Amino acid sequence: MAGPARRRLAPYLMILPGALWMLAFFLLPLALMVSLSLQTGNLVDGFRQTFHWQNYTDGLSIYGDKFARSLWYALLATLACAVLAYPAAYWIAMHGGRHKSTYLFLVLLPYFVPFVLRIVSWKLVLTDHGPVLGPLRDHGLLPADLHVLDTGFAVVSGLAYNFLPFMVLPVYVALERIDPRVVEAAYDLYASRFQAFRHVILPLSLPGVFAGVIMTFVPMSADYVNAEVLGGPRNTMIGNVIQSEYFANSAYPLASALSFTLMAILLVGIFIYARALGTRDVLEAARR
Amino acid sequence: MTAPATSSPRAPRRRVRRRAVRSGRVLHLYTVLLIAWLLLPIAVMILFGFNDTHSKQNYRWEGFTLRWYRHLFDKRDLTAALVNSLTIALLSTAISTVIGTAAGLALGRHRFRGRGAANLVLFMAISCPEIVMGASLLSMFVTFNLPRGYPTILAAHVMFSIAFVAVTVRARVVGLDPSVEEAAQDLGAGPWTRFRLVTLPMIMPGVVSGALLAFVLSIDDFVITSFTSGATVTFPLWIYGSTRTGTPPQVNVMGTLICAVGVVVALVSARRNVRRLQADRDARGD
Repeated sequence: MAGPARRRLAPYLMILPGALWMLAFFLLPLALMVSLSLQTGNLVDGFRQTFHWQNYTDGLSIYGDKFARSLWYALLATLACAVLAYPAAYWIAMHGGRHKSTYLFLVLLPYFVPFVLRIVSWKLVLTDHGPVLGPLRDHGLLPADLHVLDTGFAVVSGLAYNFLPFMVLPVYVALERIDPRVVEAAYDLYASRFQAFRHVILPLSLPGVFAGVIMTFVPMSADYVNAEVLGGPRNTMIGNVIQSEYFANSAYPLASALSFTLMAILLVGIFIYARALGTRDVLEAARR
Repeated sequence: MTAPATSSPRAPRRRVRRRAVRSGRVLHLYTVLLIAWLLLPIAVMILFGFNDTHSKQNYRWEGFTLRWYRHLFDKRDLTAALVNSLTIALLSTAISTVIGTAAGLALGRHRFRGRGAANLVLFMAISCPEIVMGASLLSMFVTFNLPRGYPTILAAHVMFSIAFVAVTVRARVVGLDPSVEEAAQDLGAGPWTRFRLVTLPMIMPGVVSGALLAFVLSIDDFVITSFTSGATVTFPLWIYGSTRTGTPPQVNVMGTLICAVGVVVALVSARRNVRRLQADRDARGD
């Protein structure tokens, strides 16, 4: 009987298929992308490893403004999400009563429609003579020369729209976990409603906001579908550049360098952010 | 003399309560408006599946029709794209649920060398921006000169789904009492019997939600798919391609149907969860 030996091997056997798959289709590709980002060549003659660091400096100097714009749009949309989501999450958690899960379900309902279709529908809402802005304009409620589509605002609104539930959920979870007796205690100690919120509820819910910021900011800054569909050619983000460098220009090394730079910026950003706020809080909240 | 002394701390509290009710009402209205905003594009999508449009652009309301429901599968390439999306989602869900469940069980139940590294890889895979994943996969296919198509999309979908299934199952396993399995072992159950009759039923809710998540992520995915697709077209890719020339109403109808099926599945599984919780509570006798 190889009982104990087998039991010791069991976890390795169980994790082996998953480990191999992640190695082959996640870790190895990342390593190869880094390698490709230092190569030179073209599609016809092939690419060779030359440790061409210039791909990185080129990428940053040519497309620095696109990086900046991506981070700026993501920052604006994240702030919008936090401001929009907090009161709703607060109400659902504190006053939702029996209908809490119904409201959460409604918040998540857009996710039952595929991402791209959601953006296309949002575009329809923002279209000049579409079903929403059209009638408003016809009744003189909107200035005739107002164009929403193909602006930075359209992109930011699309990002906020698409990722808002990612902010509502963690904030809701944090608020929901607050022991009502703690809030009661604040009132018993003559705290006003504002004081109770400011000194008790808000601090206790902040880990949820921090987690929500990571969960929205990271995918937003790397997104290119919103910018492509809603922003037109003048409001492109770094994702659009990476996409077109890969597909339109076949400039694989430069595109790889840009992807890696984006990942590095986000990783360093998350690290600094987590450090500034206390790593444990952020990671713990993100894990939930 | 005592009456005012006891009522004076009560009075401000009652005022606090009354204000709480009023601000609760304002916040309630706000929440409803926010949800209305979230649902507005979905409503527009559903509505424009009934639009009697005759041009390629589907953004002006021209009257009600069921034409697009009757001719749902008229666009061959769109239907093929939808079929691709569905089969890829089914296959990747099946594969990733098996592999991810095994990994999640190992990570949640056992302590072994490399466990921390495995957890870190899962965390990385879940938080990695999609475009970086897609770009790195494309870099690999370019490096090895691998043709892209259906198999590469499938491999990529299985990859990110494994991470989500494993994490979901791990969360479920961590909350379980190992003594039940030990009891089964003491009663002479072999490892496979133990797994089938004891462990699997206990982790089933985690497995099911992991599988649902995997299916949704796969059918929804655009970015990673576009980097791994080659000439193969999925439903999201087809829609994206149509945005320049005009998205036909059939897309709205398909989106409506996908949404409806998703809602039904979610409600059924939520109801089953509620019933299970109830049963757990009854079993514990409280």
